[in-house]
Amino acid sequence: MNVLDIERKIVLPGEEISLEGMKQGNGIYHENGKYYSYQLGVLQTYNSYANVIPLSGKYYPVRNDRIIGKVIDVAPSFWIMDIRGPYPGFLHINDTPWKNMDQDLNRILEVGDTVFLKVNEITESRQIWLSVKDAGLRKLEGGHIIMVQPTKVSRIIGKAGSMVNTIKEMTGVKIQLGQNGVVWLDGPAEKVMEVRKILRYIEKEAHTSGLTDRVKKMLEEKR
Amino acid sequence: MKLINEEGLRTDGRKFNELRPIKIEVGVLNRADGSSYIEWGGNKVLVAVYGPREAFPKHTQNASRANVNARYNMAAFSVDERKRPGPDRRAVEISKVIGEALRCAVFTEQFPRTTIDVYIEVLQADAGTRIAGLTAASVALVDAGIPMKDMVVGCAAGKIDGKVVLDLNKEEDNFGQADLPMAIIPRTQEIVLLQMDGNMSRDELEEAVELSKKASMYIADLQKQALLAKYKSQENEKEGERGE
Repeated sequence: MNVLDIERKIVLPGEEISLEGMKQGNGIYHENGKYYSYQLGVLQTYNSYANVIPLSGKYYPVRNDRIIGKVIDVAPSFWIMDIRGPYPGFLHINDTPWKNMDQDLNRILEVGDTVFLKVNEITESRQIWLSVKDAGLRKLEGGHIIMVQPTKVSRIIGKAGSMVNTIKEMTGVKIQLGQNGVVWLDGPAEKVMEVRKILRYIEKEAHTSGLTDRVKKMLEEKR
Repeated sequence: MKLINEEGLRTDGRKFNELRPIKIEVGVLNRADGSSYIEWGGNKVLVAVYGPREAFPKHTQNASRANVNARYNMAAFSVDERKRPGPDRRAVEISKVIGEALRCAVFTEQFPRTTIDVYIEVLQADAGTRIAGLTAASVALVDAGIPMKDMVVGCAAGKIDGKVVLDLNKEEDNFGQADLPMAIIPRTQEIVLLQMDGNMSRDELEEAVELSKKASMYIADLQKQALLAKYKSQENEKEGERGE
């Protein structure tokens, strides 16, 4: 597959990619001087790098990603969170704006609570430390949770947030997007269901172009 | 029992180098991270892939790479006589060799301390289920977005009535002289699984390996088409609901 060919070409693991002067980006490995894709994805070029953007797969945490996690266990000074990745995340009390007055973390966050947080640090042994100490990060109360594929989140955001802002404006639903594919929605039930439908549509059509316009049209029809 | 007639055709009318019809589907299960379904002649096999996820119990974790954990299981109704459910000597062996074959293709070092679980459920068996399962499993791994250097693909060959043939069916497996399941990585032609049941001369073995290799390259194309079809069909499909 030639990188200079038309955009959005689907490649499979083991498929040869001729870089044509581009640099080796994500999703590509090399063997005996040749380059191959290592996953099912869309071949794209960005800043002179050729990347294979995966079409499926788990969430792989990156530092400073803003994600939505769920408390799965409470330890003496930290919480263990499910972040939909290969490893659990840890949230230490010192990385939160809350004070641990009575030595019981259950009073602040219980098992099952959802929190909007960021990835603070990933240690060498792949321990993931999270933080709630940043603007906009908080415990999420009320609302609905919808899971989408983590690899499709960038499509839901759109170019400079165009997609998510369109949906927010046209439905009036509060949306909090986690990079790990967890979406928190708050608003009237029928509007939330409408957004859910739109999200499913984006997920399915993620590998096609001109999506924002189509979503806009869908929302206008519903008005 | 006569397995090859005067015209050189086999019991089901195939030539010596002909495969049974193969159909592969991708993404058939919603809860699993990746899944696939294969129909290969009379074989029907369903595969689900989970992971990479934290390996439990903890002592199974490997600090430098992921485990690839395959489980081959035959349904009680998959064969003529009811198969006693649960893992037996044969299932444990097949799980082991399939897991090892897949491990050759997966970039396990990218996910230390995790496990990638592959569940292979044989719904209907008609000889060659380990290879059908392995072929479907590598499609399911790709569907799960797991980094791999290439897909694993396999095919069986064997010897019946003194002749080397491709892709044995049930009768040929039972009454033939040898069965040789084999799996390769198509890009490099590396052999990742090779077993033999029965007797063959060295020349016959080489002939069988060549036959399987050729067939595997064809099946590799079917795998790719199945994966691409998932995304092509979505372009035409109308908006549908999917469970959480």
